[in-house]
Amino acid sequence: MASLASPQPSGELTGWTRWANNHRKWLFAAPAMTFVGALIIFPLAWTIYLSLTDAEGSVRAESEFIGFANYLEVLSDTSRFWPAVLRTVGFTGVALLFEVVLGMAIALLLWRPFRGERWVRVAILLPLVATPVAVGMMWRLIFDPNIGMANQILSWVGIGPQPWLAGQHSALPTTIFIDVWQWTPMVTLILLAGLTSLSNEPDEAARVDGASAWQRFRHVTLPLLMPTVIVAILLRGIDALKTFDILYATKGRGGGSFHEVETLNVYAYGLSFDYNEYGVSSTVLIIFFLIIIGSMWALTSRRKKGAQ
Amino acid sequence: MDVLRRSVIGTSLAVVAALGLSACGGGGDDSGSDTLRVTLVNHVWTDNIKQVLSEFEQQSGLKVEVTQLGEDQLSDQYNVKLNAGSSDIDVMMYRPLQEGKLFAKNGYLTDLTDKAKEDSAFDMADFQAPPVQATTYEEKLVGIPIITEQEVLYYRKDLLEKSGFSAPPKTLDELKTMAAKLEADNPGTAGFVARTGKAAAVTQFSSFLYSFGGDFVDGSGKASVNTEQARQAYEYYGGLLREHGPANISTDMSWSEAMAIFTQGKAAFYTEANSLYKNATDPAKSKVSDTVGFAPFPAGPAGSKPYNIPSWALGINEGSKNQSNAWKFIQWAAGKDQTLAQQKGGVPGARTSVWANPEGVATYPTDLAEAIKVSTENGVGHDRPLVVKVAEARELVGQPIVDAITGKDVAGSAAAANEAFQKLLDDEK
Repeated sequence: MASLASPQPSGELTGWTRWANNHRKWLFAAPAMTFVGALIIFPLAWTIYLSLTDAEGSVRAESEFIGFANYLEVLSDTSRFWPAVLRTVGFTGVALLFEVVLGMAIALLLWRPFRGERWVRVAILLPLVATPVAVGMMWRLIFDPNIGMANQILSWVGIGPQPWLAGQHSALPTTIFIDVWQWTPMVTLILLAGLTSLSNEPDEAARVDGASAWQRFRHVTLPLLMPTVIVAILLRGIDALKTFDILYATKGRGGGSFHEVETLNVYAYGLSFDYNEYGVSSTVLIIFFLIIIGSMWALTSRRKKGAQ
Repeated sequence: MDVLRRSVIGTSLAVVAALGLSACGGGGDDSGSDTLRVTLVNHVWTDNIKQVLSEFEQQSGLKVEVTQLGEDQLSDQYNVKLNAGSSDIDVMMYRPLQEGKLFAKNGYLTDLTDKAKEDSAFDMADFQAPPVQATTYEEKLVGIPIITEQEVLYYRKDLLEKSGFSAPPKTLDELKTMAAKLEADNPGTAGFVARTGKAAAVTQFSSFLYSFGGDFVDGSGKASVNTEQARQAYEYYGGLLREHGPANISTDMSWSEAMAIFTQGKAAFYTEANSLYKNATDPAKSKVSDTVGFAPFPAGPAGSKPYNIPSWALGINEGSKNQSNAWKFIQWAAGKDQTLAQQKGGVPGARTSVWANPEGVATYPTDLAEAIKVSTENGVGHDRPLVVKVAEARELVGQPIVDAITGKDVAGSAAAANEAFQKLLDDEK
């Protein structure tokens, strides 16, 4: 076994050992490559294949190759697919806006040391560690139109009961609120890390020049922090696009009776688990995948530009 | 050194290959592992069976591993595992009317015809005909019905008495008048509650549809949710919930939400499956346990026509390598003794013998037993469209229900639903 520990000159090696020695870089990368191949590339390729077939009922049943027919069908579907795209984009956009603005505000408040800082930080980060499904169930109880706490509290200040999650038009904003409640802490955490790594000098220089607090934030802190903000938007944005747990826990299958909160993810889930239409479902997933890649690409290129 | 290393590699490759092969080839039909994997749904039936499982384990020498899941999760589990041809489910509890056709068509369910026929003690003839029909696919018996369900009217005796009514409503018209009166007499309490979720409500709505003289599909196999009778039923069910249902009514309610409103004392009338009655009569779960009454489904223009269906059955996974032991479990769990024990524990069974036996109905509230008897006599054998794509069909025919609840144009909605449902029927031909 000593030969393993101390490499010999390749001249003395024979057969398999020599081959292994010459192909070291492939050999050592093989486990990782197998892993990626088996768990990422294969499922993706399989989904692409399924999206080109009319597979339904069972994936083991016979299915025909139908080219891009599914894509045409999905892209021309204005009753379920496009509304789901709109909801996905709307949900992500609005949630992200609130999360970044609130996250920034909280991060700025927590930036400077103060008494009881540790407790406040722990309290603010608590929603982050809760399980989304449990969070969904909790808010579902709070927002129950008949026995929930939210309407109870509103009644104390003389406001009538609101439908919240039960309303056809209020369900999506309510789920956005839940998402903001749960994920603002993560944005805060990232921004806070960014703020702490900033040097104090530019800020002090601006202060000496007589800049107001807002001016210092707008023209000094924010530009310096921009790369971190983009990282936060990138991470949170991709996650928000893919939100499923909160929506499923609060409104169930199909995103409610009127598909009030049906995003692309919920739609694809319904297509494969309720309707067993694996071909169409795969198509929706591939389109969804492209949308995510697209927005990720747009943001990273923006980040690179910002870093330069 | 090289020779040694090569032989080490060679040997390990051989071992790996051998292990792999044995894993693939393992079993065959009846190598019969001693561990039996049974997948069950959250239900009173499951709670009951788990308590006596050791009995079966002792007499058969098998070890039973139970996986217990909620309805939706169970469905997802089957979709994933059976799609992959997995062998790690032996006995499966499934819904004949929801998934039965799909599973049988996909070949997930083992043909039990011969096993059941050969076994005289199991007595297949003892089962009621409509449930067995629902677990039969293309002349093959693929499941054994274990739980039957009829829709009945749950109501609050105390509220009725307070408002001066001596008996529960006999007709749907009476139900509406009484719900209005009870709601007016008891502020904060809704006159009526029932499921409101688009797909969830379909089964409980079906009795209303039949009692108005309609059905999802007509005699010639055409979609019929846009007939005059169907529109009336949609209007009635949705209207009752809109006018006399809970304030701010959610359109996502399944039985658990609707049942919660009723058992919290927030509603006077509630139409629901009788198999859930324990939720209302158990003091630990219900605030109205001592004042709840049961009545047969009220009559509509076409009479009282509640559904009478097998809600759950046991089947054997075609991919299971433990089929003969799986059958032993079904023999026991769906056998005469267990069915009687289950019936006493509050789960309506599918065997005629348990209903004929006075012991079988002794534990039921008298009015419920009476209501069930009426329902079994004039019941309809399905509570949802009988198609392969049940989930999709339920969403289609359920749309007019939620549109009616929210006060939208029912006629337009029913017309659209009918067209979409007809298309689904055509696609399945």
